[in-house]
Amino acid sequence: MRRDVFQAIADPNRRAILSLLARQRLTLNGVAEHFSISRPAVSKHIKILAECGLVYVHQQGRERYCEARPDKLNEVSDWVEQYRQLWEQRFDRLDALLQDIQKEEKKNGNKKRASKK
Amino acid sequence: MATKNAQAKNKTIIKAEPGKQELFIIREFEAPRELVFKAYTDEKIYAQWLGPNGLETWFEVFEPVNGGKYKFVQKDKEGNQFSFHGVTHEVLQNERIIGTFEFDGLPEAGHVTLETTRFEALLGNRTRVTSQSIFQSVSDRDGMVQSGMEHGVVEGYERLDEILKTLK
Repeated sequence: MRRDVFQAIADPNRRAILSLLARQRLTLNGVAEHFSISRPAVSKHIKILAECGLVYVHQQGRERYCEARPDKLNEVSDWVEQYRQLWEQRFDRLDALLQDIQKEEKKNGNKKRASKK
Repeated sequence: MATKNAQAKNKTIIKAEPGKQELFIIREFEAPRELVFKAYTDEKIYAQWLGPNGLETWFEVFEPVNGGKYKFVQKDKEGNQFSFHGVTHEVLQNERIIGTFEFDGLPEAGHVTLETTRFEALLGNRTRVTSQSIFQSVSDRDGMVQSGMEHGVVEGYERLDEILKTLK
């Protein structure tokens, strides 16, 4: 399902809806008021967000309320973090190698200079 | 920050904006650009840092020239082998390397990325390396880490970290 979270936030309107809902709980109409896109379009975006678990929609009286579930977004940062760690470990090894090579070059360079004298 | 602590590690930055097909890896090194470039184009040095420690990594083909190709293989302790291959589009001395990359172990072949690695000389004999990977789709990019390959590699690192700790 992780992929769906990415798809959900791939759309700029859905990102805007999420950041709006992160600040306050709103009805569907309340969300639509903030956007120039049509109410059915807003409704469709919220449906996708709800399917991905990023938004929780519930009926209260005659109104349907939308709430952000930002926890789900952590999946996105986890993904990047895991990848970052992979590269960090790789680059740590490169760091060590570069250090070794430079030390070796310095040593050889000194030897060469010494032998020239 | 006046003088740089030799122990302080350079940060690895991953830039992966939601909804995009590209991903950037940015890292600085305490070494001159010529040397860092060499670490990417010298078969022996490259093989030493590319694969996870403890896992055997070797190149079966390595042609770091314009129009060249490469294939490297990694073998874990259980004898499982993973191979990766691509073509080298351009190697511009000390400046950049452009090529393709594909993991051969995916259920479906053809998930190729276009990789551009740029080497930037910084003051004080330092170097910044910026790698851009362009995937065929957003889901290719986002699904990459979920593939067995990346999991295997991360697990490999973790196992190895523990082994190394006991050796110290």
